[in-house]
Amino acid sequence: MTAQSGGGRPVAVVSFAQSPQVRREDHRNEVEMLMPVVEEVFSRVGVTKNDIGFVCSGSSDYLVGAPFSFVSALDAVGAWPPMRESHVEMDGAWALYEAWTMLVAGDADTALVYCFGRSSPGQLEKILSLQLDPYYLAPLWPDPTALAALQARALLDAGLNSEEDFAEVAARSRRQALSNPRAQLAWDRTADELMKDDYVVAPLRLHALPPITDGAAAVVLAAGGRARELCERPAWITGIDHRIETHALGARDLTDSPSTRLAAEGAGLAAPAEVQVAELHAPYAHQELILRRALGLGPEVAVNPSGGALAANALMVAGLIRIGEAAQRVMDGSARRALAHATSGPCLQQNLVCLLSDEAAGGGR
Amino acid sequence: MSGATTPGGAGEQVTMLDAPIHIDYAFTAGLAQSRFLKGLSEGRFLGQRCPRCGKVYVPPRGSCPTDGIPTTDEVELGNTGTVTTYCVVNVPFQGQAVEIPYICAQVLLDGANLAFMGLIQEIPADQVRMGMRVEAVWVAPEELGPSMASVRYFRPTGEPDAEYDSYKEYL
Repeated sequence: MTAQSGGGRPVAVVSFAQSPQVRREDHRNEVEMLMPVVEEVFSRVGVTKNDIGFVCSGSSDYLVGAPFSFVSALDAVGAWPPMRESHVEMDGAWALYEAWTMLVAGDADTALVYCFGRSSPGQLEKILSLQLDPYYLAPLWPDPTALAALQARALLDAGLNSEEDFAEVAARSRRQALSNPRAQLAWDRTADELMKDDYVVAPLRLHALPPITDGAAAVVLAAGGRARELCERPAWITGIDHRIETHALGARDLTDSPSTRLAAEGAGLAAPAEVQVAELHAPYAHQELILRRALGLGPEVAVNPSGGALAANALMVAGLIRIGEAAQRVMDGSARRALAHATSGPCLQQNLVCLLSDEAAGGGR
Repeated sequence: MSGATTPGGAGEQVTMLDAPIHIDYAFTAGLAQSRFLKGLSEGRFLGQRCPRCGKVYVPPRGSCPTDGIPTTDEVELGNTGTVTTYCVVNVPFQGQAVEIPYICAQVLLDGANLAFMGLIQEIPADQVRMGMRVEAVWVAPEELGPSMASVRYFRPTGEPDAEYDSYKEYL
């Protein structure tokens, strides 16, 4: 399987839905959060679960502290008659990758991809430190903001960016989120104002941190003619790839993201200037700057019109939302080419790049 | 850290490292389960019915796992039900609240399409059987709370056993 679908059938995103992204879902459980999202993503293209050939979900039991929560989440879809289903203990973007391979290979014509993440029930900073190497790092309980601050410091020390650059990213992201009704955090403040924020962990001030978010999202994928039947302008996935770097933070150059660059090459990103919109999964403000460089995105590319992960960062969800938001721009005709990126792990350890187009690779619309 | 030598103890290797992990969570039962738990604190079993297939789920989770749609109709169930299957617990374990041997059973409340686990008491363990009719025995009203602990146990009603066909789908 190559990362570009040239050898297989063209596959497209034909529908996207997300829940309101909120600080805390106080009353609904995971299934109750998911059901309206699944219903919406189906109703947009007029399908039911019986029209779906493959289901893949992304979530993490660590977030809610409930083993096999992904199994009970299937109640939101209704696994009867028995369905072909899979799950990744990862962001929904990687669930989409698995579903894409099924469709490209011809094992199904349609797929539902969904994900849910409640970042609020547990002690998030402790939970995320458990993903670190268990011998040298995890026993020290370094929280994700401290690790991100090390990365930001490395950027400053290398002279690649300034703290003002971080504030600019935060100001732009939250301002763009004002036009996203599902965003959690949106406001209009200048970078100059933001520079008066206190440090949380120097050199990161409060504005450079993502919010803690509960949310869910879903995508419907369809192959070839089925995609054209379901959607007037399918967002064709012309390439998708993901790469991971070592878990040893000290062995990485934190100012760069070689795994993002490789994933973009694997996905076939030849001319970044042809992309009109890029949705980058950069939970911390400075990470957007690293990703822009790794992807070669110039100022002509609109980055994170949705507000990005700085506007809503439901874990296991924010990556799939990037793909959904980018695909939505293609489906509604406001972009011809879009790039979506998802990340996982500390300091952009693992990265996925998905290229979307209004034209199927190697064929017409 | 245990097993480590004292700081500065030259030449000795660290052979063991304790890394205790403890994380607290705030659990959200959900809208449907919260209704069920509040019902328990009033001495009632509250379930929900699927508007499409008509199945009644108790405890409810807010969705029909077959149809994948919200179960919006609330249904109050009675106190009686049928033992669909059971096991005899003979193994002592730490924190055991009931004297062994005792019976852990799946109880299908009348009118429900989902069985749940309950203790069976007031009958010798070797006389419990599949199809036995039982009723819930609740704790005293002042002890009722939003938990299954509000149901002390189920006991035989003395009615004739239920027909196998009536519960064979719930084993």
